[in-house]
Amino acid sequence: MSGFSRLLRHPAGLFGLIVVAVLLVAAGVSLVWTPHDPVFTDSTRRWLAPTWEYPFGTDNSGRDIFSLILAGSRVTVLVAVGSALGAGIVGLLLAAFGALTRRWVRESVAVLIDVLIAFPTLLIAMLLAAAWGGSLLVVIVAVSISFGVNIARVTRPEIRTVLAADYVLAARASGIGSWGILRHHVLPNIAPIVIVQLSWGMALAVLAEAGLSYLGYGAPADTPSWGRLLSELQTYIGIQPLSVFWPGAVITVTVLGLNLLGDGLRDVTDPTLSEPATSAGGNA
Amino acid sequence: MTRFLLSRGLLLVLGLAVASVLIFLALRFLPGDVAQVIAGTDATPARIAAIRESLGLDRPLPVQYFEWVGGLLRGDLGNSVVTGTPVASEIAEKAQVTLPLALLSMLIGLAIAGPLGVAAALRRGRPAGFVLSGSAQALAAVPVIWAGMLLVIVFSLWLGWLPAQGFPRAGWSDPGAALRSLLLPAITIGIIEGAALLRFVRSATLGVMGQDFIRTAAAAGRTRTGALLTHGLPSVALSIVSVLGIQVAGLLVGTVLVENLFTLPGIGRMLVADVGNRDLTKVQSEVLVLTAIVLIIGTLVDVIHRLVDPRAREVTA
Repeated sequence: MSGFSRLLRHPAGLFGLIVVAVLLVAAGVSLVWTPHDPVFTDSTRRWLAPTWEYPFGTDNSGRDIFSLILAGSRVTVLVAVGSALGAGIVGLLLAAFGALTRRWVRESVAVLIDVLIAFPTLLIAMLLAAAWGGSLLVVIVAVSISFGVNIARVTRPEIRTVLAADYVLAARASGIGSWGILRHHVLPNIAPIVIVQLSWGMALAVLAEAGLSYLGYGAPADTPSWGRLLSELQTYIGIQPLSVFWPGAVITVTVLGLNLLGDGLRDVTDPTLSEPATSAGGNA
Repeated sequence: MTRFLLSRGLLLVLGLAVASVLIFLALRFLPGDVAQVIAGTDATPARIAAIRESLGLDRPLPVQYFEWVGGLLRGDLGNSVVTGTPVASEIAEKAQVTLPLALLSMLIGLAIAGPLGVAAALRRGRPAGFVLSGSAQALAAVPVIWAGMLLVIVFSLWLGWLPAQGFPRAGWSDPGAALRSLLLPAITIGIIEGAALLRFVRSATLGVMGQDFIRTAAAAGRTRTGALLTHGLPSVALSIVSVLGIQVAGLLVGTVLVENLFTLPGIGRMLVADVGNRDLTKVQSEVLVLTAIVLIIGTLVDVIHRLVDPRAREVTA
């Protein structure tokens, strides 16, 4: 628990923890309750200004924007968690293949990682969407591949360092097999790096979902999503410009929170790495 | 040096080959029949057969692949399944919007990140430095589409200075109008990429400031800032060059989103439309061209870095 309490005393980490907690609570609450039905349309309530009843106002078809954002957090959590799981699996498998196998396999995996790094997440998602049609699964698979490769690139040298350590040699000598060494020595050593990476990867996933849903290849038409909401509100930007403020602001705060959580985790788990900033930034 | 160039070139060719195989396979492992997917659910069997014929889907996968790659090497990117027009000429036409947009965005990003990143490092630990790196961290979290919308609200709807969307029909024959319509999109990408870049510049500058030659210059009577500005900036510039290779990928993604936001007739908007039309031959070549750009620029950046940095040259000698 000492790591966790150190994270609580790290301002950026604490901010990230709060953002993640609020996001999880919002998604959980929206499963059972939203102030208004997020998909219920009522032309008599079009473009209402923000009030206590409609904190963020209503959209062109009279839907409550606050309820839409609350319900949209479910998609965000689903994509973030799904992508983190996928990226973790892809990353660790690739890293293990790139570190544990024969030399020619290792070298091939290294080249594969170098090539895949050049594919932006959005391009992978577009490729998959061309073949399979757009869906949240496509977003999750695309982020899993592109961020998994990132994790593999970062952890592969680390795994090789651990494998070359004397205590691993000692473990081998005492008859522990490859699987045992992987579980008892390699995983605990790389876990902190992977957790930090996953936090940044979730930030990337939130941005990727927003971008792809905006383009129409993410969340399906009847599912509230922040990126989809942005694209719907953009159509009426001439009529009600400030309505686009809310979905964009929640995406930004969520991405910032996940990035800062990653920064905090990095500082807490490895104080020597505190200077270079490497969290996800810019475009997905 | 020759050895370095050769190995780097070989790696690039290998990378392009692997990328083309991956793209090709990603579009071949479809749920069901490729021709059916392209034709749509309500297509006649004759139309499906015609598409299968034109794609050569009746032949084995390796044959299909090598025909595609063979065409690529001759500059033939195939024809659109939907409209029949050659993909290469369409990409060349749309590139007239995308390339200037990407270049302009990069210049804006560098203009923001360079000076402000160095300033953030020089003012580290003081309020100004905190504000600079804090805003960069926050800006890097902003979705590029939202940034674009906010800029449209301020500069198009409220101030009326720049067009909110579109590209002049006359294209670059009216350079003023063309540039004006690219300005807001380029600022959108430039600000977000610049924010991400600023943090690299800041840590590169901090790294240089910790080096012995800066301390020596400071000991010889220069201020630390003066020493950094006269002796340290070349090193900072070098680290920026090496990061630019990574930034290209972000820049491309930015153009895809921003071209759709501002309805600009560029490669990104074409790609999004082609994905919607299930125009697989076009998507296949477009994605490969975009990936090739990232890989080639990455290689060029590596080579330039090696040519310019005397320390790296010594290592190979």
